[in-house]
Amino acid sequence: MPTYLLLIPFLPLFSFVVTFLVGKRLGVHSHWLPIITVLISFSCAIYAFFQVKNGYRVNTDLYTWISSGAMTVSVGFLLDELTSVMLIVVTSVSALVHIYSVSYMKEEAGYYRFFSYLSLFTFSMLMLVLGNNFLQLFFGWEAVGLSSYLLIGFYYNKMAAADAGKKAFIVNRFGDFGFILGLFLIYASFGTLHYEPVFANVAQIATQTFTMLGVTFNLPTAIALLLFCGAIGKSAQLPLHVWLPDAMEGPTPVSALIHAATMVTAGVFLVARCNPIFALSMTALNVITIVGSITCLFAATIALTQTDIKRVVAYSTISQLAYMFIACGVGAYSAGVFHLFTHAYFKALLFLGCGSIILGMHHEQDVKYMGGLKKYMPITYWTFLLASLSISGVPGFAGFFSKDEILAMAFVSPVGAGKFAWFIGTIVAGMTAFYSFRLFFLIFHGKFRGTAEQQHHLKESPKTITIPLILLAIGAVGAGAFGVPAVLGGNANWSHFLEPVLGHPQAHPSHFTEIILMIISVGAGALGIFLAWKMYINNPGLPQKIQDRFPLLYRLSLHKYYVDEIYGFLIVKPMNSFSRNFILNFFDIGLIDTIVNGIPKLIGQLSGTIRKVQNGLVSHYLAYMGGGIVFIIFLIYARS
Amino acid sequence: MSLPILSLLIFFPVLGAVILLGTGKENEKKIKGMALVFSLVEFVLTLPLWFAFDKTTHHMQFVERHSWISLFNIEYYLGLDGISILFVLLSTLITILCVLVSWHSIQLKIKEFFVCLLLLEGAMIGVFCALDFFLFYIFWEAMLIPMFLLIGIWGGPNRIYAATKFFLYTLVGSLLMLVGIITLYMQGGNTFDILALAEQSYPLKLQLMLFWGFFAAFAVKVPMWPVHTWLPDAHTEAPAAGSVVLAAILIKMGAYGFLRFSLPILPEATTAMIMPMIILSLIAIVYGGLICLAQTDLKRLIAYSSVSHMGFVTLGIFSLNTQSVGGGILQMINHGVITGALFLAIGMVYERTHTRLISDYGGLATRMPVLASFFLLFTLASIGLPGTNGFIGEFLILLGSFMTRPWVALIAASGLIIGAWYMLWLYQRIFFNPVNPRWDSIRRLDRREIITFLPLVILIFWIGLFPNHMLSYMHVSVAHLLEQVTGNPAGIANGVQFGLDAATALPLSH
Repeated sequence: MPTYLLLIPFLPLFSFVVTFLVGKRLGVHSHWLPIITVLISFSCAIYAFFQVKNGYRVNTDLYTWISSGAMTVSVGFLLDELTSVMLIVVTSVSALVHIYSVSYMKEEAGYYRFFSYLSLFTFSMLMLVLGNNFLQLFFGWEAVGLSSYLLIGFYYNKMAAADAGKKAFIVNRFGDFGFILGLFLIYASFGTLHYEPVFANVAQIATQTFTMLGVTFNLPTAIALLLFCGAIGKSAQLPLHVWLPDAMEGPTPVSALIHAATMVTAGVFLVARCNPIFALSMTALNVITIVGSITCLFAATIALTQTDIKRVVAYSTISQLAYMFIACGVGAYSAGVFHLFTHAYFKALLFLGCGSIILGMHHEQDVKYMGGLKKYMPITYWTFLLASLSISGVPGFAGFFSKDEILAMAFVSPVGAGKFAWFIGTIVAGMTAFYSFRLFFLIFHGKFRGTAEQQHHLKESPKTITIPLILLAIGAVGAGAFGVPAVLGGNANWSHFLEPVLGHPQAHPSHFTEIILMIISVGAGALGIFLAWKMYINNPGLPQKIQDRFPLLYRLSLHKYYVDEIYGFLIVKPMNSFSRNFILNFFDIGLIDTIVNGIPKLIGQLSGTIRKVQNGLVSHYLAYMGGGIVFIIFLIYARS
Repeated sequence: MSLPILSLLIFFPVLGAVILLGTGKENEKKIKGMALVFSLVEFVLTLPLWFAFDKTTHHMQFVERHSWISLFNIEYYLGLDGISILFVLLSTLITILCVLVSWHSIQLKIKEFFVCLLLLEGAMIGVFCALDFFLFYIFWEAMLIPMFLLIGIWGGPNRIYAATKFFLYTLVGSLLMLVGIITLYMQGGNTFDILALAEQSYPLKLQLMLFWGFFAAFAVKVPMWPVHTWLPDAHTEAPAAGSVVLAAILIKMGAYGFLRFSLPILPEATTAMIMPMIILSLIAIVYGGLICLAQTDLKRLIAYSSVSHMGFVTLGIFSLNTQSVGGGILQMINHGVITGALFLAIGMVYERTHTRLISDYGGLATRMPVLASFFLLFTLASIGLPGTNGFIGEFLILLGSFMTRPWVALIAASGLIIGAWYMLWLYQRIFFNPVNPRWDSIRRLDRREIITFLPLVILIFWIGLFPNHMLSYMHVSVAHLLEQVTGNPAGIANGVQFGLDAATALPLSH
């Protein structure tokens, strides 16, 4: 095992342990170790990338983790094309967020705690992507969940934050429930949990079936859908998306790193990593495509009306993740990972931009009280604009290349739901441009709508904040350069690079089709931006009119389709009341304990004479002993 | 082994108790110090077991065998194998922590308290070492008395009810077991030798009768659903040390009983009764978890969570294959460590606040950050986060049960969701949320308390990251046990009728 590879995850682990234990004493200096370690990890990740590019691979076990009978699982690392890309995404965004947080979290109590959690998260995420087996993936999977829980609930004295952290963990557990059953099914099918032997033998289970409780499933479909359950939870897709918007209770750098750029993409990574399994099941691919399409539209329609800037970006994240799932669903895994890559930069930029604004506005997050910030925060303004252009798919920006590749692959895919996904994806492209620029215009243009006090304090954020913004902006604009399609004069480096892991899509669009599709989606984006301009710059009275015209639709969107309320009504409340009223009060106290307390009472009454003589509890014991002896005598008689 | 190490381990604490009894009760510091020294020495005495144990054989080790009551062929017969050895080590470790946690919290009859604790320790070790059924029964019953006193004298306001309930419940079970033991003695050639009894075969009808007789004793101790209702009462009323011993060691004896007696002596009855046992385990997992959602009392919640977690243990045992049984035994250790730790922590909190009502808390992480960190770790281990010991046990149990009956694992895995739900909710209500000003001047953890936690923290990570150090002790013994019950050292592992052939899969697997 090469040392640089070990350093990538274990330096952040070291940093976590040290910062957590002695950080309090380091006080305002506690950010140094986390920053230095993540920067070294980042350098090692770059080095690893070039090693892979030169044809070097690693698949080595570090030590045997669990061994029980025939079952053996190791802790081991796999470095291949997919891993190397993920390593760069994780360490680069993480490093920038670390630096950003120095200013952003400066005033907070628990400064050291924040940085130690960031290190813990970085370690966990790196273990997740580096593992060479499913169980280590699951380790990382749960460990990033823990980091997320701790960071969402960073302001733990605030009830909403504590609630949100808990909700994120529990909702994810619903997904993990399927995930772990998927792992069992993989073990039952292959006798191992290591990627290499599983993927090498995957063809042998292609037509096998698996019966449970009288229902027969196709084996690859069952495995794929169970794994996908985990992905739905972690990547906040319908119906387990409810935790992500609430996760915005966490500090904004966390939202950028965990809830936009890295952790939430773990589900996409999982599907991409397991592509040999998913490829065997048309059913599973269709399910993924449909779930992706519906989530994509669903989240985008909610983003249209939200006024909390972080919530808009959060729903946008759900919607963009859905694009990645569409890509995986139609078999274009490298397009999905490409969007993961570009999205990491433009979405982290949007979030960190929001953070800069929130700082400038003294922790005001509602767009109703913003406006005209352009002249106070020029760097934030320009970088936010670049990110918005990128997410809107304006040609030349990173988001354009990745999103258009997904839409084109969906259009020509042999997967049944492909055309549907293309149709939805194109509509959502327009919506995305609209809500992004709605946000942009409302924040930066027009008149300032906050208090005079707030206006007085408005100023650009310090350098440790603006420099990460600028660096991310470079990514948000330029990350697309890695995957310029042939039709635009590129050579599709991205998909060639990942081909050894992610394979080759089954169908490619002709250049003509690709151009037409591009025009359509760019048109949709342009229309979205135009409408945003029309409604929020040109004719500011228009939104209210539309609102009044469609009150039901408006309310549905504003209240997120009442999904939280429905879950509360259908799951949380019934569970709690069933537990209290039926299980505890009726069954445990009412039934079992009544019987348990009743029997001694009954015996006590029957043996009233003994009770009089012996007084107290001893009578009970005697009664029992007597009963026992009678039973013995009975047994002896029965035998002879 | 010429040194009678096991006898030493059993009787050293008893000797300690006798010496303590002879000490003047005025000098409290001296009494506590002596109790601590006795428990520490006892723990050091168990360490050679860890190193001297031969992991390659299922035969009993450190054996001591003497005729005792020759008229009935009763022997003083002790020994350890891979199934029992870890529990002896855990018992002596936990006793030290119990002494430490009682340092200030016990104010009344201090001498007698530690005497009880040491006697309890001796009896517990006796239970795990005994290889003569009669001797086992004596230790089993002897254990009951100090525990009864711990709850009844040093317990909370409702202690008499709780202690009586505990005593009656276990006594009823024990008496039925006694009937079983005597029957077995008469049927099995007038011997109480557990290993010899396991060598023989008995008619199925008799086996079934005995199985349910033993079940009465063991199921109450585990406790399995529906004979669990003594546990919440006992836990709530018991002093911290009592709760810790109860959770960490005492309730493991039920599961141990199944492994030592029911399975090897009554193999046909065991295989015939798999289904009822699995269903009872599943009910315990789900029922015990759901009931936690309705708890308002801190200790009751953890007590009910034990019902749920022990459901995993019995599920593992009765799924009868390498992973599930190995996982089940490991999970017994894990549950002892985790729930022991949780009760230690709760004991420390209760010592300061004197309330067990969850709603009385809130924001404690601000006032007691170190305790909050420890408690979070224990919570995470309890909900089976990978990297902690709780994960390894639950994973192996679920994997093993999936291999035989996938639907069982499906239901049991719902316990993972419910577990996270009630534990994180509990954590939030105690440590997060706005600070309750009532605890503004609460005392932080002192050094003694932090030291009390450290061994358990180490165990949580040690087993979580290097479980093979523990699993390797039980491999051979588990294989032997499974062979006794199912005729196959891997147990029932062929419930799955799909996937690769073992022949093609094995060369490739790691």
